[in-house]
Amino acid sequence: MSDDQANPIRVRGLRKQYGSSHTLRGVDLDVRPGEVFALLGPNGAGKTTTVEILEGVRRRTGGEVQVLGRDPAEDSPRWRARLGIVPQTTGAYTDLTVREVVEHFASFYPAPLPADQVIGMVGLGKQERKQAQTLSGGQLRRLDVAVGVVGDPDLIFLDEPTTGLDPEARAEAWDLVRYFADQGKTTVLTTHYLDEVEALAQRAAVIVAGAIVETGAVSELGGRREVPATVSFTATGGLSAAGLPELPPDTTVDARTDDVITLRTHGPTRALAALLPWAAEAGVGELRDLRVHRPTLEDVYLKLIRENQGELS
Amino acid sequence: MTSSDAVVAGQSRAVAYGGGSGLWRASVARSSVELKSFFRNRQSLFFTLLLPIVLLLVLGSIFSGTVPGTHTDFKQMFVAGIIACGIMSVSFNGLAINIAIERDNGMIRRLASSPMPKTAYFVGKIVRVVVTGVLEAAILLVVGVALFHLPMPSDPGHWITFSWVLLLGAASCSLLAVAFSAVIPNARSAAAIVTLPFLVLQFISGVFFPYSELPAWMQTIAAFFPLKWMTQGLRSVFLPADFAVVEPAHAWELGRTAVVLGSWCAAALLLSLLTFRWRGANVR
Repeated sequence: MSDDQANPIRVRGLRKQYGSSHTLRGVDLDVRPGEVFALLGPNGAGKTTTVEILEGVRRRTGGEVQVLGRDPAEDSPRWRARLGIVPQTTGAYTDLTVREVVEHFASFYPAPLPADQVIGMVGLGKQERKQAQTLSGGQLRRLDVAVGVVGDPDLIFLDEPTTGLDPEARAEAWDLVRYFADQGKTTVLTTHYLDEVEALAQRAAVIVAGAIVETGAVSELGGRREVPATVSFTATGGLSAAGLPELPPDTTVDARTDDVITLRTHGPTRALAALLPWAAEAGVGELRDLRVHRPTLEDVYLKLIRENQGELS
Repeated sequence: MTSSDAVVAGQSRAVAYGGGSGLWRASVARSSVELKSFFRNRQSLFFTLLLPIVLLLVLGSIFSGTVPGTHTDFKQMFVAGIIACGIMSVSFNGLAINIAIERDNGMIRRLASSPMPKTAYFVGKIVRVVVTGVLEAAILLVVGVALFHLPMPSDPGHWITFSWVLLLGAASCSLLAVAFSAVIPNARSAAAIVTLPFLVLQFISGVFFPYSELPAWMQTIAAFFPLKWMTQGLRSVFLPADFAVVEPAHAWELGRTAVVLGSWCAAALLLSLLTFRWRGANVR
């Protein structure tokens, strides 16, 4: 149990091989207690394979895996009772009502959440007496999430939980993730939506072609902190790149096009502090098209994928 | 809740999660869901429960005369055979289709992801087959007696034969269904794929035609499968003793029936253990 207290998930050198093709080639992961951890990567990179090995749904070829202090391959019911799993494919629950499905799965757990509470949490209160096969795709996905979390898990795996949901349902799914995070539960989230990662996850790993290429805090992923911010505006009136005022020492100026001036600096605030009086002095009260752009998660993610796919293929 | 609280809660829950009571609860839950979904699903109701009854009503009204070489009404031979078909229908067809659907729609995968003891799944299937099998046999018996003058045996010996033939027949067909479901690629094709062996076996096992009138090679093939022995066993229950002269061995061969059905149970159990998958490429 001491391992378990340390980190709910510990993976070292995880490999999965089908015949001669290597789906996973040495994955290392540490997921800390109580965090929402995002697993990112292009389709076919090995996200779902990794998650399914952690869930005990797939067998690994090699490496060390500890989930809640146990080897998932043991597949013990007591260990399962502490996991919540929402697989990537949406389930169909024929001939049962929403409430019956949730109560059915609740009956397998020693200390489940009340069915009412779970049905409310996924926003299916109005549908609870409806047969599951009459639900819409998004509603079925919510029912899937309800089935996954009804056991009040300590560790939750959500494999693309919001794919196909409308914005409102997506917001509800986010609330659900936050609810369990507030309870001190640990969540592993795979998703294609980077805004979802920014909104929910503290840390993330990027997996490309079966290997982790980057892991760390979401705010620092891919050296986001180190990449300079961009300040750009359109030069009007008497403004020109040649006449720029004194800017922070690391600033580089890019004025390849005649009228758009682009500055790259780690001190965008100080740059603006110099630019604004400079513009005012030249009689330009409003810098046209003024933008301050910090690299988004999407920028660094796409950059990571491009770099590493080139290397590996 | 801090993470160490969560660990403690996990431990105390693990203690609360007693093996025996967990299996009982899960089995009750599975059984109840099995029966609800069977009786709510029109397709399963029609194809597995009602189809043999419809066959009995329609064909029973067409057939006439006596079985050559006997004084037995053809209809009575047919009723005995169709009860065996009814049992095969609810066990083999019903279960194979049901498992293929549950594998396709994510139910099996989600059950495997839950702490449900795996045994509970099969307990639920047994309850499903037993309840639907008893219902099927009872309806066919009542229709057979009421409309086609099927004579009811009055001694306990025949009823004991009736019970063990149905029990072994249902058990072998159910286990075969679990194994057979492995070759069904998806839910959509399940009913079609299951119906083929069912239809062929019905025709060659002495349900619609007296077994002794079939070509010898057909008889040989049929003798390898459970349905022939189930129909023969049930004929021994309902038809007069002198009907046995038209059976291939000129006897009821109850001992051999028990051996064949028992062997099928053992073989199909082994096959099921080797082929049933809780997870894998086909389990969505």
